[in-house]
Amino acid sequence: MTGFLVLAVYVAIFMVAAFIFTRIGTGKDGYTALKTVTFGDESAVRPNRAAGIVSILTLFLLWGMFTGSKYLPEFLHAPAPFAGETSFEYTVEANGESDTATVAVLVHNREENPEKPAIEPGEGFAKNDSIKVAQYRSQLVSFDKNDEVKKKDGAKIVAINGTPVQPGDKVEIKGGSVTISDKGTPNFAPDNGLQMEPLYLPSPEAVIERTGKVLDEGFRGTSLLGHLGWSLFRVIAGFICGAVVGIPLGYAMGLSNWFRGWFDPIVEFMRPVPPLALIPLVIIWAGIGETGKIILLFLAALWIMAIAARSGVSGVNISKVHAAYSLGASKWQIMRYVIIPNSLPEIFTGARVAMGVCWGTVVAAELVAAEKGAGMMIMVASKFQNTDIVILGIILIGVIGFGIDMLMRGAERILVPWKGKG
Amino acid sequence: MRFDLPNGGSVQALKDVSINLKAGELLSVLGPSGCGKTTLLNIVAGFLAPTEGVMTLNGHDIKGPDAERGMVFQQGALFEWMSVRDNVGFGPSMKGMPSKEKAEIVNHLLDVVGLQDFKEKAVYELSGGMQQRVALARCLANDPDVILMDEPLGALDALTREKMQSLVLKLWKETGKTIILITHSVEEALLLGERLIVMAPRPGRIHKEYRLPFAELGVDADLREVKKHPDFAIKREEILGMIWDMEEEIMGRTEEKA
Repeated sequence: MTGFLVLAVYVAIFMVAAFIFTRIGTGKDGYTALKTVTFGDESAVRPNRAAGIVSILTLFLLWGMFTGSKYLPEFLHAPAPFAGETSFEYTVEANGESDTATVAVLVHNREENPEKPAIEPGEGFAKNDSIKVAQYRSQLVSFDKNDEVKKKDGAKIVAINGTPVQPGDKVEIKGGSVTISDKGTPNFAPDNGLQMEPLYLPSPEAVIERTGKVLDEGFRGTSLLGHLGWSLFRVIAGFICGAVVGIPLGYAMGLSNWFRGWFDPIVEFMRPVPPLALIPLVIIWAGIGETGKIILLFLAALWIMAIAARSGVSGVNISKVHAAYSLGASKWQIMRYVIIPNSLPEIFTGARVAMGVCWGTVVAAELVAAEKGAGMMIMVASKFQNTDIVILGIILIGVIGFGIDMLMRGAERILVPWKGKG
Repeated sequence: MRFDLPNGGSVQALKDVSINLKAGELLSVLGPSGCGKTTLLNIVAGFLAPTEGVMTLNGHDIKGPDAERGMVFQQGALFEWMSVRDNVGFGPSMKGMPSKEKAEIVNHLLDVVGLQDFKEKAVYELSGGMQQRVALARCLANDPDVILMDEPLGALDALTREKMQSLVLKLWKETGKTIILITHSVEEALLLGERLIVMAPRPGRIHKEYRLPFAELGVDADLREVKKHPDFAIKREEILGMIWDMEEEIMGRTEEKA
């Protein structure tokens, strides 16, 4: 239900923003503005900057709206869960007589632990009751505990707030609803509103607050940077091992019939096996320590790098090799001055893919078993229902993965400026 | 130089091709597509071994590629990871020539081809014509005895092509190199070929050989003037007709098969 509402708000913002911003700017600049037909012209399609900003703001807006963030003005919030005091009356019939008593209800935040509201017992054989309920929970009201006639003696609730009820009926009251259970006990459930429970989705400020706390205190004996550092270290160590073995292997496969024949079946078989599928085997063989993780990442990077290097070698234009031969180059000189530089762009592309795969694999491997690392952090946090740490971890993993890719692209621009220009 | 050339697999790419080239001659080879021009050049360059026959250069057999036979490719085949200077200096570097000596050669050749201002540029920043001039300079830097050109101007536009033709003639005259040029432009073959061989396909063989005056006339002259020479048009028509007939024959044959 809430899901549909979120989607509806999202689509509405999308359409309204599109309507407004496409009218403010044409979205075309310079030469493109002069084109008369741009539909189907891929080169005329540029990401709309306003759309990008609004898109990200919308995500945060929705997050704030449906978690009741204090960063948003009250009126933007989705209906909040009920909190505070309410009450309802129940009418009991026993031995042909009836009496009415009041139940005072206090709905409180799950983090708090207040006292039950104080009440007077009141007149009649049915005495007033008092209960407290945490938000998003519900509470059975043992109404007859303090009554003079108990349920087993024939006491039976016949009405709530004056509405006649049977077991199974539900009565809406202020701030919630009362359901009569099959055994005749009223069950109070406060209104949940449309906001997400912090257990499922904590508010932005909770995540920020938790970030500060984890930065200060660390998590499970290791600082936040320590966790991320360990994950990064494993990725880099595994990637370097994979590249050191994979690149020469790929070159050998690109240059020698024997190597290609020998390793082709292995590489082609191992390539489609997702590294995650190897986790159990690697744990059995190497344990859950660093060795196992680095072996896993080594295997993740190895095949990608080998294939990249192989296709880098096969991508050498034969006329360049011929040109080098007819300029008097020896085999080693061809390797050093023609094949290696010519394959570098492919190897860089492979390295980018491999780093991405390694980063994904390390998080997954840490989810299974680790003492330190970003994946371990979110796994442990989820077990203790610290959803804010889970979200913090996911955001950091995404940011670091993006950062790695950006760094690789930057390195590529500086180190292989001739990429795609051969 | 002499070749007696041969078959490759079941396809007879070349048959009984025998050419004797003197030092300093400029030979252009012309023919319809599929007549084995490139195969011939690859054999001379040493990239392919003939199934029958031999090639000799300066009294020794040709066994494989060597710096004595430089090659210029259609697309330049430049090394895009090197600057213009390093591309031109590639041959001398491979020989381990001292850098001072190498720099002199490179500077001189870049002056000759008119690229002295582009030494430090990356080759992919140059236009097609400039790239081809780099390829020529790179080939000359190695001081080969024979220069093999495989449709070196084929990818250039008409105007650039004309300028490059003058440059090739100028370099030929100045350096006195032996040049074998493969082309499928009849005009280019006439203008640049001191000798001209027209090849016929299936199997590739020498159809007719000419000795032409236009290359000599064209050195340091306006090539458009040369084209106005009365013999030029006659020869061009004659050769065009010859190639036209061959193409017709190929088409006819494939249609019959189909």
